[in-house]
Amino acid sequence: MKKAYLFLSEYLIVVLFSIFLSVSQVFDFKPGLSIYSNFWIFFTEMVTFLPLMFILIGLFDVWVPKEKIERHVGNESGIKGMFLVIILAMLQGGPLYGAFPVAYLLFKKGCSIRNIFVYLGAFSTLKIPMLTFEIGFLGLKFSLLRTIFTLPVFVIIGIIMEAYLKNKNFCVKDGTSQKGWQTL
Amino acid sequence: MGILSIFTLICLSVSFVVDKNKTLVGIREGLKLFLQILPALLNILILVSIFLFLLPKEVLIKWIGKDSGWLGVMIAAVLGSVSLIPGFIAYPLGAILLKSGVTYKVVAVFITTLMMVGVLTLPVEVKFFGIKVSILRNILSFIGALIIGLLIGLFL
Repeated sequence: MKKAYLFLSEYLIVVLFSIFLSVSQVFDFKPGLSIYSNFWIFFTEMVTFLPLMFILIGLFDVWVPKEKIERHVGNESGIKGMFLVIILAMLQGGPLYGAFPVAYLLFKKGCSIRNIFVYLGAFSTLKIPMLTFEIGFLGLKFSLLRTIFTLPVFVIIGIIMEAYLKNKNFCVKDGTSQKGWQTL
Repeated sequence: MGILSIFTLICLSVSFVVDKNKTLVGIREGLKLFLQILPALLNILILVSIFLFLLPKEVLIKWIGKDSGWLGVMIAAVLGSVSLIPGFIAYPLGAILLKSGVTYKVVAVFITTLMMVGVLTLPVEVKFFGIKVSILRNILSFIGALIIGLLIGLFL
């Protein structure tokens, strides 16, 4: 019962939409049919693409030893450290706010300010699971161009942040601070 | 589509030969994630289908199409900055917009701001980095995302 309720709440819009489409079909309601043809084009395309992509993501997840790499990334500075944080970021998944706790860990391990922000940049833009999606839907050319232009941008952001924060006692907090907005 | 199927098939076969159990776990995890994201994806598809019907194509093109210029770029940048759409959904959405006549430039600006700038997640970011640093990072990312989007627009 609870499961059925959960299903219905998740798929409420889908169910309503299906009813709307059926009614449109029966009464030959033109706008409804037009919306349906829009939807069907998008739907068939997604349904063929997505399961394959998610299988790839699943395989990626079981084969890539993220924790192992995380342990090795730390206070290496210079190009090597930067390279490592970018690789680490590319292997992660999830939304940007999932990267903040990792940034805290990196900071605790002695990662440079520049590399922390390079990590955030790479995390938000170059995650491999997301790149598969990007290539699938927007094309390899788009994805390549975006990657090429994005890399220097977040490295520069890292450099600016480091220059700005160098002598300012900057620290990454663990995120449990109740004070957020108040600490102006 | 063809390339993706072949690529997936190759990865699956290699993975299966090396470790059967791991492969099965991977497939299961992947499909589980797919089922999790499915309702949100269907909702977006439904909303976009209705939206594209209600909004005449000429208007869409005028706002964010070929001749929209800076207006289109700014609309995309603001929407991208304030939205919280996962990539799983943003990329299909981008593909639909491209098909509807929206330019690569606008889609690129939308996608890059979406990824790099997080206005709604700012309260979370502040807890880790403090308010000044968070705002500075978001402003720099916004400028960077605009530059990236415009550069992509030059090539596509």
